[in-house]
Amino acid sequence: MSTDNQSTTDADADPNSDPEAEFDAAEMQELRERVEDLEESMVDADTSDNQKKMTIVATQGSFDMAYPPLILGSTAAAFGWDVVIFHTFWGLDILHEEKSKNLKLSAVGNPNMPVPNAVAAIPGMDRMATRMMEKKIDENGTATIEELIELSLDQGVDLQACQMTIELMDYDEDDFYDGVTTGVGAATALQHMAESDIQLLV
Amino acid sequence: MSSKYETTETLDVKGQSCPMPIVKTKQAIDDLDAGDVLEVVATDSGSMSDIQGWADGTGGVELLDQVEDGDLYTHYVKKTE
Repeated sequence: MSTDNQSTTDADADPNSDPEAEFDAAEMQELRERVEDLEESMVDADTSDNQKKMTIVATQGSFDMAYPPLILGSTAAAFGWDVVIFHTFWGLDILHEEKSKNLKLSAVGNPNMPVPNAVAAIPGMDRMATRMMEKKIDENGTATIEELIELSLDQGVDLQACQMTIELMDYDEDDFYDGVTTGVGAATALQHMAESDIQLLV
Repeated sequence: MSSKYETTETLDVKGQSCPMPIVKTKQAIDDLDAGDVLEVVATDSGSMSDIQGWADGTGGVELLDQVEDGDLYTHYVKKTE
């Protein structure tokens, strides 16, 4: 049976008939255009697959904890990634224009401090530890928090401030740097995390 | 130390540390045209690995060479598209 079918097909594809004669010119043109469209859509699909996305949740507002999300975020943006940093609880202070300039390093419970905890707990020690760190950062040519925020915003990093904690901390939306996204909550953060290749909690 | 590449522009990030060499390289590349070569001069030793990682992970750029000379780390990045 299959042999019969085969011979029928062979008969159809008669060598003396032009293979394109089965289709008229308009049909061929339509097919070519369709192939081109499909190829283009494949290119688009490839690009969207390569577009990496990272979401960082920043919950801490101490001087040292403010750096990693901003450094990773601005670097990821330089890779062309889509970056969201969702700031909540003390992480909000990083985006708070005034507070971001006065973030403190905790001397207590920091095993790298050259003094025991009992001494680190003395009033003024946090300020001293912060000043020491700021001096080192300046000497090392490391950017300030403010510079990293501006840099991140310039590069299109979406810096988000959790609305619930803005209200909890009695902050005002105007307290934050221009360009910070407000009016977002846990559901927004989860949605970004679900779409991301990389999710970090700092 | 003259370069063997026809560089279109030089980016000086001496004295700056992570993530500045990467972020500024990316910004400088954005301002160039396809085929242009950017020379990046850094003092951050981490830039050797970072620029390579960035170039590998980013479309449209090719790292031509990296030269270490004392405290100076010079990178040649070509914009390919």
